[in-house]
Parts: sequence; structure tokens; C-alpha cells
Amino acid sequence: MSSHPWHPIAASHDLPFRHVFHGQLFGREFAVWRADDGYVNVWENRCLHRGVRLSIGVSDGRELKCQYHGWRYSNRTAGCTYIPAHPADAPARTITNRTFPAEERYGLVWSSLEEAAALPRVAGLDDANLLVLRGMPLNAPAALALAHLADYRFQPNNAIDSKEALVSIEAAEGFSIALRARSGSQETLAVFFVQPVDSSRSVIRGVLDRNAEGMVRNTILRHHNERLSALRDRVEREAAALPAAPPIEPVYESVAPELAEMPSLSASGRRAAITVQVARKWMTANDIAGFELRPIRGLLPTFQPGAHIDVHLPNGQIRQYSITNAPGETDSYTIGVKRERDSKGGSSCLHETVREGDLLAISEPRNNFPLRRDAVKTLFIAGGIGITPLIAMAQALSHMSLLSELHYFAQDETQLAFPERLATLGRALTSHLGLNPQATAAKLAELLVDYRPDMHAYLCGPAPMLEVARRIAAEKGWPDASVHFEYFKNTKAIDDSSSFEIALARSAVTLRVPAGSTILEVMRGNGIDMPSSCEQGACGTCVATVLEGEPDHQDVYLNDAEKRSGTKIMTCVSRACSARLVLDL
Amino acid sequence: MREMTSIDPVTLNLWYPIVAIGDTKPDVAGTTMLLEQPIGFAVGVSGRAAAWSARPDLRAGDTVDASSVTGGLPVKTAYGYLWTSLGTPAADIFAIPQYAEPDRRNIAAASIGVNVSAPRAIENFLDMGHFPYVHTGILGIEPHTEVKEYDVEISVDGDEILATRCRFFQPMASTVAQGGADVEYVYRVPHPFCSVLYKSSPLDEKRMDVIAIFLQPMDQEHVRAHMMLSVLDDQNDDTFIRRFQLMIFGQDKPILENQFPKRLPLDPRAETPIRADKSAIAYRRWLSQKGITYGVIPVAA
Repeated sequence: MSSHPWHPIAASHDLPFRHVFHGQLFGREFAVWRADDGYVNVWENRCLHRGVRLSIGVSDGRELKCQYHGWRYSNRTAGCTYIPAHPADAPARTITNRTFPAEERYGLVWSSLEEAAALPRVAGLDDANLLVLRGMPLNAPAALALAHLADYRFQPNNAIDSKEALVSIEAAEGFSIALRARSGSQETLAVFFVQPVDSSRSVIRGVLDRNAEGMVRNTILRHHNERLSALRDRVEREAAALPAAPPIEPVYESVAPELAEMPSLSASGRRAAITVQVARKWMTANDIAGFELRPIRGLLPTFQPGAHIDVHLPNGQIRQYSITNAPGETDSYTIGVKRERDSKGGSSCLHETVREGDLLAISEPRNNFPLRRDAVKTLFIAGGIGITPLIAMAQALSHMSLLSELHYFAQDETQLAFPERLATLGRALTSHLGLNPQATAAKLAELLVDYRPDMHAYLCGPAPMLEVARRIAAEKGWPDASVHFEYFKNTKAIDDSSSFEIALARSAVTLRVPAGSTILEVMRGNGIDMPSSCEQGACGTCVATVLEGEPDHQDVYLNDAEKRSGTKIMTCVSRACSARLVLDL
Repeated sequence: MREMTSIDPVTLNLWYPIVAIGDTKPDVAGTTMLLEQPIGFAVGVSGRAAAWSARPDLRAGDTVDASSVTGGLPVKTAYGYLWTSLGTPAADIFAIPQYAEPDRRNIAAASIGVNVSAPRAIENFLDMGHFPYVHTGILGIEPHTEVKEYDVEISVDGDEILATRCRFFQPMASTVAQGGADVEYVYRVPHPFCSVLYKSSPLDEKRMDVIAIFLQPMDQEHVRAHMMLSVLDDQNDDTFIRRFQLMIFGQDKPILENQFPKRLPLDPRAETPIRADKSAIAYRRWLSQKGITYGVIPVAA
């Protein structure tokens, strides 16, 4: 075993169900926790917000919640998924805690302060058959513990009471030493890894090359415990006589400059930054295909409930699909794709051409449909494939034990997508099957009848259903700010016959938008980058702030109150009623 | 033993509370620690007080005539506490005018040791976002977690930070009304290590209760927090009010003691602020501008 940066930081049994373990290496503290899916997370032991130790936080099996302000960090990515102080905002997805490599082997959890090649194998140790000794913490530097371990004497597993065994050094490298004890025909290999906790603290973690059962096992463990305790006493006596080294002061990395001030989201263009593989494709309902997308390498970015990705299809088209995952389910994204009868090639390409094993390019997740989690009650109303963002949201609230109801409108039972996810919602789910438009409107009126302050409703479905719901909600006294819509697409006819001027206040340029061109196109044509996604006024990605002038709203993303206020504009479809618009860009 | 730190002049010349007058015995010496210096103090029967750099001949518990101690440190009594300074302090301690209103109950509520720097403790006092998580069911409760927009200014003439229009949902907002409601707060930071909070009174909607925190930095990473209340409460006795404050502070203490680094980082990129932290951002800038280096990690030059 050559010198490498991996060190054990815990034993596997230090990570029981939902426990957060406090580990340390060279003075740097870790919060170590195993998610319910088995993934071991090794994170800097510090919330990025105000520096509180995450080892005192709460693991819910999918996310780690900081004790101080309830910020939630996702399994695997350590990305922040929710900031309760600002429930209406999606946190900038770059708020990501520092993570360290993690490996579980030889009954130990290993990590490294730097990016490292794979953890090397240790000759003579087999994961399937070994005995992990109790970790022995010492108030002494690792080097001193290693020096004394060279003289460690012990008996082979099956010869604990035989005459004193001969012990030889098999290997000694870096922070580990392998010793073999022989007595008669019996022999045992013991490998000791010394974890450098701090300048003058360490833990001896020993592993024997053979397991044992019952009383024999107890006898072996007691034998090593006694001998290692005696060794610890000798090492600590010697360490106490040495001048004490000051503790290592860990240097905390600075957060990204854009996070030093609360930024707005700024992803740009329609970039397909990530390559994923279709790990699984299946029919989750009649005409609805499920796709499980796994990263080719590394981790997928953190997503929040309500987020969508752009999928770049083999036929060159770009389509938006919501992520249906529950919190902490971060090893893949699952999307649902409905085969559209009048498909322009998007859904039919995914249904017919794309197969398991194929690679697809996708964008980072964007969240223009953020979920508040400060409602006393939340209503989710899905029509057909509109279930996809709402199922992610409903799973998030259900997981936090917040009161919600999911109403799923569909033609019949065979149209209900993701039944396995729906099943986790229990009584929060109600399906409404086979209703005609009148019956749907009547049911919506029934669901929306009882508005109380601090209630929120999220709706996603076909445009006619959303328009009816919008009208009913207004009639029943729901404020615009409490009803949140996501449209699949903008079915309104876009009128692009006007021409006008746009002044970009921050860039100090004025541009002419002629009939037939969009604001977005004109800006891109002049080298001004702007994030966008659906480019039809449905998703909200290309929003800009209006400082002066009167927008001609043609999108379905902004609600009526937002449109009336005239302060926001979707640059992909909306235009100007006035001769000039001043935008905060 | 930690190395002695050099203390910046602003910090050195401030007034600091060292003991509640009510916690002293007349003409009996006490000892404490201020900015790493051991100091002694005594309050006489007449109310005259004295403080001094530690002397071997005056140990805690010794009887001393407070009015006869010479060569001591400057002293003042204010808001129920004895204040002193290791430097040359200003003539006056900051004003809390409400303290003098005749119908208020003024209580030196608690002195509690916390293993954290003074500025971290001030930031915690200014923070509303933690109410549902740390003071669950008392000052806040999930899902009502939103910190609504508020205003912060640094007044130039008054040399203090003022946060106004602060509102936060409180589950038992008043003893009269059932259920929760938004409670209004105003925060002042009139001294780098002291803060005064005004909170809408459940008894009189036109007036506000006052809760103040005065920090005594023992060293850069250890403080004693002294709490002062000036409230319009004619129902609860002092013991009840003290216990309530101790409970609230007892909930903050384990959080503060798990903050790292313990000294407050003034570099804006050390931590990730959100809009709710406007007052903390203003506080960090204000400390930087004042040139305070004690209990903080200054911005690297």
C-alpha cells in the first residue's frame, strides 16, 4: 500500500439509522451520516449560513436539517434545497456544502481531505471475513501511536491462551502497520490504521483478517482491548512528556463571491451541461413513459421540488420535463413523458427512439415553480401529466409531515402515472377519474371553496383546466399570490407584429426589436446572454425586470397581479405596448 | 494558557457590565474577568461602587469599603448592572429612555456564561429566522418561518444600528388573544457588544417592552451575557420573568457554542447571508468600519 490521502474517520457501526456522527481528520471536523438509501455523506461540519455544526443537525434519512435556521441539505450533493426564512424563493442551487470523498471498506468509513484516486486494497484483508476492533482514541500524535504499534504483541485468534506468539511486521506504510502473529499452526494478520484526528490526538483502528463467532469472538475482542489499552497508556505517558503542539486550525473555504450577497439565479442560455444515461425506461401509465436518468460521472446537481430540466433530444429538439423525485433521491432524476397525439417530435422521439442505455444531454435543474413550505395547508391539483412537478412537491411536504392534499384528475386508473410514488402519499392523495369539463369545474369549485390565510394551491395541467381553476380561485377569494400555476405550454397565439425599442439599463445599450423577432433573440443577436428554457412563455426562466414602459404580456407564467404591476416580462414571447421598454439588464 | 491578545482601542475604551447590582453583597468584594484581565469589584451599602485590576490583597468574599478603594477602574451603575472599563471610556453609557418610565418593571434578569464571542451572541440576538427552530412553540413555530422584509439603517449621529419594521409570527402572541399572530420588533445596536430589543407589548398596543443584552467579553471566545428587561407586565412575578429569560437563553446557548469559528468572521465571503440577515450584514460592516478586531476575524488586508 503506497502512501495515499485516505484515512478512516469512523467505523461503519458508528453510522446507525439517522445518526449524524462527528468525525475529524487533521483538525478538520466532519458531519458523517448515512442516508436511508445507504449513501455515506462526509461533509464539512459547518452550515454555510452561520457556521453551526451540522453534526448537531437532524437527519431525516434524505436531507440534513441545520438546527439553527432549518436550512435543508440534500443527501449526496450537499446542496441546499430549502431556506425557511424565504419560503417563496428557490435557493440558489450553488449553495452547496463542502463534501469530502467517502468509502466504506474493512468495516470502516474512509475519507480524504483532498480529491483522491480510489482507496487502495490492503493485502490480506477481505471485506467478507474480518473482525473490526473497537477504535482506541489516544491523546497523542498519530506518529507516536504508529511507533508504538510496531512493538504491539498479540495472540492469533484461535490461540489467545497459548504461549506468547511471535509477531512480525508484514508492512508499514504511511499511517498503517500490518502485523502477523504466529503461534504453532495458528496465525492472524492484524492491520492497524491510525487516524490523525488533530496534532496531538489520534484513533487506532484495528482490523483482523478473520472473523469469529460467539465466545471466541468476545475473547479475541477482550484480548485486543486489554493490550491496546495498555499501549494507549504507554503512548499517552510519553506524549504528555513532549511539548504540546497547538491544535491544527482548519482553513474554511470562502463561499463563492455571488453567494456573499443573496443573488438571483443566473444560469444562462439553453445549455446542456450534463450528460446522463437512460438507466431505466418503462411505461408508468397508459401513454406515459418513465425515464430514470443517471449521471455518466460525478453527481447530478441538487434539485428542488418543482424544478424542471431541459432534455436535448437526439432529433435536435429541446423539451422541458419536471423532476418527480422525492427529497434526497439524488442518484438519478426521474421524469414522466406523455405521448402527445399531435407531437411535434418531442414526446414521440422519447417514446419511440430513446432506449435504455442511451445518452441524453440535459440542462441543470431550474426551479421557476418553487414550493413554499410555510403554508398551514397546501393543495396540489394535477391534470393528467401535470402530476410530474406536483408529485415531487407532495412527496417533499409529506416527508416533512406538513399538511397537504394531492388531487389528481385523469381519465381512468390506467392513466395514473408513478403509482409507486403516489402510494407513499397515503391519504393525502385523491384521484378524480373520468370527469368531463363541467364535472371537473364543479370538483375544482368544491376543492377551492375553503380559502383561509396561509393556504397555498399549486396547479399543473392542461391550459383549459388551469384557466377554469384560475377563475374559480379568484371567485372564491384566493389571492393571486397564493395560487401557483405551471403550464405545459403556452397555447395562446403569439402576436409578434409590434416593433419597439428596448433600453438595457445596466448594460447601457438600446436595441430595436422588429416585428417577427423576440426580445430574447435580439439580445442574443447582440451578444447579451440570457437564460431561457421553453421559449414559449410557460416556464419563467427568461424573466427580466421592467423599469419603465408598458409590457405586452403574452406568456402564461406571470399571474394577473404580476402582469398588472408591469414590473416583470418574459423576454421570449412578450413585447411592448409602449414605444420603449427599459429593462434591468 | 492562551496568548494575551492585543486589544484594539475601540474595544478597550468601551464600558462593560460586570455584575448585576442585585447579585452583590454590600461591601463584599467579588471577582470576574474582562478582556482577559482579572478584575475585582464591590458595591457599598450606600450604593457607591468600585472596580479594580485584580489585587492579591482583595480576594472574592473579602470585606471592603467600596468608597475607600483608590486607584481603581472607572465605574458606573446603569440598568441594574455595575459597568467598568479598562481604557478611557466615554462620559455616558448609551441611553435606554424607557428605563425611566415610572410604570415599567425593570429587572436585571440573568447573567449567563456562553462559550462564544460577543459579536456572535449579538448576531443571534438580532436574528429572527431561528425562532421556529430554536425557540419552538414560544417565539416561533413551523410552518410560519418567513422573515418578512424589514429596514436597517446605521444612524451616523447616534452611531448605532437600527432595524425597524421587523415582524415575526409568534404562536402565543398575547395573553389575551388566542392563537398566533405577527409580533413587531425594533432592534438597536448602540454599543458593539450590547443590543436593545423593543417588542410590541401584549398589554398596551401603543407601547413596547424592552429586552436588552449586555455582553461582558471574558476573552475573545467566552462571554457573560447580562439580560435586562423593562416591561409593562403587572401579572408575572420577577422569578417567573427571570426563569422565562433563562429558558430562552438556555435554548440559544448550545447553538452558539456549536458555531465555528467562534469569533465572528467579517469577510463577507466567510458565510452565506440571506435577505433575512440584513441587520447582521450591517452589524458586520459597522464593526469593520469601527476597526474592531476583538472577538472577530477581521477581513484580510
